Amino acid sequence: MVEFIIYKSIICVVIFAVSLGIAAYSTWWERKFAGLLQDRWGPSRAGWWGLLQPLADGGKMLFKEEIIPNVSNKFLFVLAPGLFIVTAIMAGVLIPWGPAVSINGTSYPLQISDINVGVIFLLGVTSIGVYGIMIGGWSSNNKYSLLGAIRASAQMISYELAMGIALIALIITSGGTLSFSEIVAKQDAGFANVVWQPLGFIIFFVCAMAETNRAPFDLAECETELVGGYHTEYSAFKLGLFLFAEYINMFVSSAVMAGFYFGGYNFPFAHEIYNAMGLQEGSWVISLIGFGAYFVKTLIFISVFMWIRWTIPRFRYDQLMNLGWKSLLPLSLLNLAITVVVEYFRGNIQF
Amino acid sequence: MQLTNRSKVVSNKVQSFSERIYFPAIISGMAVTFSHLFKKRPTIMYPEQKREMAPIYRGQHVLKRDENGAERCTSCGMCAVACPAEAITMTSGERKKGEEGLYREEKYAKTYEINMLRCIFCGLCEEACPKEAIFLTDRIVDADYERDDFVYGKDKLVEKVDKRIDVTKRQTPEVLAFKKIPGLKHNELYTDKLNKGKH
Repeated sequence: MVEFIIYKSIICVVIFAVSLGIAAYSTWWERKFAGLLQDRWGPSRAGWWGLLQPLADGGKMLFKEEIIPNVSNKFLFVLAPGLFIVTAIMAGVLIPWGPAVSINGTSYPLQISDINVGVIFLLGVTSIGVYGIMIGGWSSNNKYSLLGAIRASAQMISYELAMGIALIALIITSGGTLSFSEIVAKQDAGFANVVWQPLGFIIFFVCAMAETNRAPFDLAECETELVGGYHTEYSAFKLGLFLFAEYINMFVSSAVMAGFYFGGYNFPFAHEIYNAMGLQEGSWVISLIGFGAYFVKTLIFISVFMWIRWTIPRFRYDQLMNLGWKSLLPLSLLNLAITVVVEYFRGNIQF
Repeated sequence: MQLTNRSKVVSNKVQSFSERIYFPAIISGMAVTFSHLFKKRPTIMYPEQKREMAPIYRGQHVLKRDENGAERCTSCGMCAVACPAEAITMTSGERKKGEEGLYREEKYAKTYEINMLRCIFCGLCEEACPKEAIFLTDRIVDADYERDDFVYGKDKLVEKVDKRIDVTKRQTPEVLAFKKIPGLKHNELYTDKLNKGKH
C-alpha cells in the first residue's frame, strides 16, 4: 500500500511537472517556430537561442498589476482560470507514457490512472474545460469577453459531436475497449490506428484543434474583433494561467492523438530492436525508449499545431459552423459507416 | 445587351466539397510556410553583428585631435551657424600657459554640446569647419532612456588620445581641395544669392 502511494505520487508529480514544463517551453517554441516560418529568428536574447524566454515571460506575468474589475462577479472571476487549468491538467491523467516497468515482480504502468472508460472521461473533462472560458468570459461583465465565451461554447458543442463519432469509429477499430492504455497496447502488434482510420484521424485532428481554441479556430479570443476575447479583463498571473492552460491543452491533445492514432509508445520494429538489444519484458530501458518515442510523437504534433497556426488565417464564424456541421459531421458519419464495414471483414465485429 | 465596356463578370461560383472542407488549400499553404523554414534570413543581430555602412555614412560626430593629441576645435562657432537644426552650442575659453599640449590654438571650446535629438546628420557642420575639427562618422548614436542623455558633451564627442577615430573616408583629397578655396565658396555663392534677393 505504501509502495503504491509512493509510486502514484511520484508519477503524479513527474507528469504534472512535465506538463507544466512542456507548456512553458511550448510558448518559447511557438514564438521560435513562428519566427522561423516567417524568415525571422524569433526570441534570441534571453539565454542561448532565447531558451530563458519562458522564465522572463513568467516573471513578467507574476509582477504585473493584478486587476479585478469592480463590476465583475469576483468569486467566479478568480475561479475561472483555476478551473480552466485544472481541467487541462486533469485530461493528462489518462495518458500511458510508456510500457510498464516491473520492479521485484510488481508491474508499475507509467500512467496515473487507467480508467476503463478512459475515452469517455477524456471527452467529459475536455468539455468541462470550456466552463473555465465561459465563466471567465461571463463574470468579466464585458461584452467582448461574453462574446468570446459564447463563441467558445458554441464551437465546443459543434465540434464535440464530430469528435465523438470519430472516436466511436476508433473504438470499433481497437476492438471495443474504452481504456486508453488498451487502445495504445492494441497497436503494439500490427499497424497504428491511423492506417485503419485515416479519415477519422483528420477529423479528430481538426476537432482537437477547435477544442483547444487554437488558430485557425481561435475565435474565442480573436484579437482583431474581440480585443482579447474571454480574457480581455484578465491581467497578471490569471491571464498567464489562461494562456498556460491553452498550451497544456495542446500538449494533452497532442499526446492523445499520438496515443490514439499513432501507436503511443509503440513504434515500427520495436520488438526486434528490443530483442537485438537483449532487453527483457518490463525492463526500465524499454520503458524509457517507449516514453521517448511517445514524447517525440507528441512534440511533433505540437509543432504541427503551431505550423498550422502560423499558416492559416482565422475562420469566419459562419465558416467555422459550416465546417463543423456540414463537413465534419457528415464526414465522421461516413467514416463510421466505412469503419463498420471494414471491421466486419477484419473480424472485429460479429453480428 | 452590353451597356458599357466597364462591366465585369462577377463569379458567384458555388464552392465544391473539397473547397468547402479547405484541406487541399490548407496543405498547399502549409507547404509554402514549410519552405520558408529553410530560407536565408535577412536579420542582422545588431549589437553583435553590424550592418556595413556606406563610406560616406553620416553618423555620430567626433571632435578630432591633431597628431600631438591637442584638440583642433577653436570654438569659432562656424558649425553652430551652419547647423540648420540648431543642435550645436558651445562656450569658448582661453588657453592658459602649459595647456599647449591640450589645445592646438589659443582659443578652445570649454564646452561643446550637440543635441542628438535635434541633429539631422546633414554634415553641414563638417563642411563649415575651418579647422578640420568636427567630422561625422559611421558610428550609430546609441539608444537611451532620458532625453537629457542625448545632449552629447565633450566627454562623448572628443576622440580619445589612445583611441583615434578614422575619418579618412570623409576627408578625401577632393574634400580637402574644396576646403582650401578661400572664403568657402559655398557660403559665397549663398550670399551672392541673398544679395540678388532670391534664395
